[in-house]
Amino acid sequence: MSLHLWLIKLATRSNVARMTGTGVGPKLIEITGVEAGYDKAVVLHDVNFHVHEDQFTGIVGPSGAGKTTLLRLLLGTVKPYAGTVTNAPDLRIAYVPQLETVNWNFPLTVSECVLMSRPTKRKLPWSTKPERDEVTGVLERLGIAQLADRHIRDLSGGQQQRMFLARALLRQPQLLLLDEPTSGVDVSTRHDILHLLADLHEDGVAIVLTTHDLNGIAAHLPHIVCINHRVIAEGTPKEVITPPVLEQTFGARMEVLEHLGMRVVVDEQPEPRGSVSN
Amino acid sequence: METLLEPLQYAFFQKGLLVASLSGALLGFIGVYIVLRGMSYIGHGLSHSIFGGFAAAQLFAAQFYILGAGLWGIASALAINTVAKKSRVGADAAIGVITTASFALGVALFAKFGTSGPSFESALFGSILGITTEQIIGLLAVIVLTVGFVFLRYRALLFATFDPDVADVSGVKVNRIEAMLMVILSLAILATLTVVGVTLVAAMLVIPAVIARMLTDSFGTMLALSTAIGTFSGFTGMYISYYAGVPSGTMIVLVGATLFLIVLAVTGGRGLKRSVGLDAH
Repeated sequence: MSLHLWLIKLATRSNVARMTGTGVGPKLIEITGVEAGYDKAVVLHDVNFHVHEDQFTGIVGPSGAGKTTLLRLLLGTVKPYAGTVTNAPDLRIAYVPQLETVNWNFPLTVSECVLMSRPTKRKLPWSTKPERDEVTGVLERLGIAQLADRHIRDLSGGQQQRMFLARALLRQPQLLLLDEPTSGVDVSTRHDILHLLADLHEDGVAIVLTTHDLNGIAAHLPHIVCINHRVIAEGTPKEVITPPVLEQTFGARMEVLEHLGMRVVVDEQPEPRGSVSN
Repeated sequence: METLLEPLQYAFFQKGLLVASLSGALLGFIGVYIVLRGMSYIGHGLSHSIFGGFAAAQLFAAQFYILGAGLWGIASALAINTVAKKSRVGADAAIGVITTASFALGVALFAKFGTSGPSFESALFGSILGITTEQIIGLLAVIVLTVGFVFLRYRALLFATFDPDVADVSGVKVNRIEAMLMVILSLAILATLTVVGVTLVAAMLVIPAVIARMLTDSFGTMLALSTAIGTFSGFTGMYISYYAGVPSGTMIVLVGATLFLIVLAVTGGRGLKRSVGLDAH
């Protein structure tokens, strides 16, 4: 199926049934009783977690809590020590790496980068006209078509993120995994990326991302999982962004305010010490 | 003009020129992947390791020394690949130990038992003399294999070089591709050994690729440029070595190094910036 047709199909489907993002559709991945980590050190204990077809989930937690490990479990690059990870048959997953992990000096234009992920049965290295059209189509959709021949380092953080999204979308994924998609980008880029992901989700792509940004990202998502070596809580921001859950997750007391129906987290101010009262 | 045409009347020079140009092309081509994957040191080590195999093999079966050296080379390539993967820390030290020990063994065997194949000096620094038709056929076979592999696996190889983790989850058989690249690298070193020399092969893997990177930001263009620069260095270096009366490998490398300086002067800081940290992951 061409990418164009795929996008149309997704768009029609989302018009028929409006997605909620909280995970009620058929399961794509089922993680049951999983213990996982690296080099025999266990990072995650007893994790039960499902990804559904219409899910849009943020994994939040402090550094070293196992956010990336959970993402890698979903990807299949980390194998569980115990428990099971079951994928739906022929599940197509695409992954957007953290920008910090990329070698930006690699000689690569934007279109070369996007095209590399496209599965091909062709026996020749150069791309065909339909393939180039496909790349142009997906770059246009993400608003960076004019940058196709630029070197990857010449892009802004937001544009780089879009480029990797384009590469991921070319695989026509059912599930999109993103590792810290908004780290190191400015506020307006963060908004852009969030809107873009919301559009993709609306079009029927399940999305799971990790983030440490509670107010900027997590509070805007339909579904959040809080982890700290195990799943502390899971649910909508209203259900999950509460002082007890946050304290259990981050090990620090935080205050939760309500602003225009949204949860806003602020660090709890320590009692002022040695303050002079008049 | 006549002086330039003069050496062409000798069959040995024609063969030398052909093998030097093809060797430069092959090393320039595969060097792009070696440099971008941060494997320059592995290439350096591998060529030294193959020297040991080369010396040992010709002791037992002179006529099959290429086969022996090839097996030795492939075995050390796969061993290095495993070591480099298993432990990031200390991998370079392990490679250093294995390959220099193999090189030392080769030198000792050469010194003790002499040689029935290429001379000691030509194995180290390359020689225009004694190139056989079999060697040319072998080199052509390795070129066909290398170009075929890269053409058929172009995207997968690029994906695995740029972003191995994501490539792995996108259905690219990264481990298999890396192993195949190591095998091809050892065959390429082996096939170009007699013209470029054990100690200078690594330079020809690196120099054309780095020059090409300074000139372009596109991977496809870098691959083509690096091959062209390798070919030019091989051709010109061989010609000069004939007049200068020095081992061919030295001149091939010096032509490459001169090109590097010229491109550096022309592109200035921009070219240098492009080539810095090429293999940073």
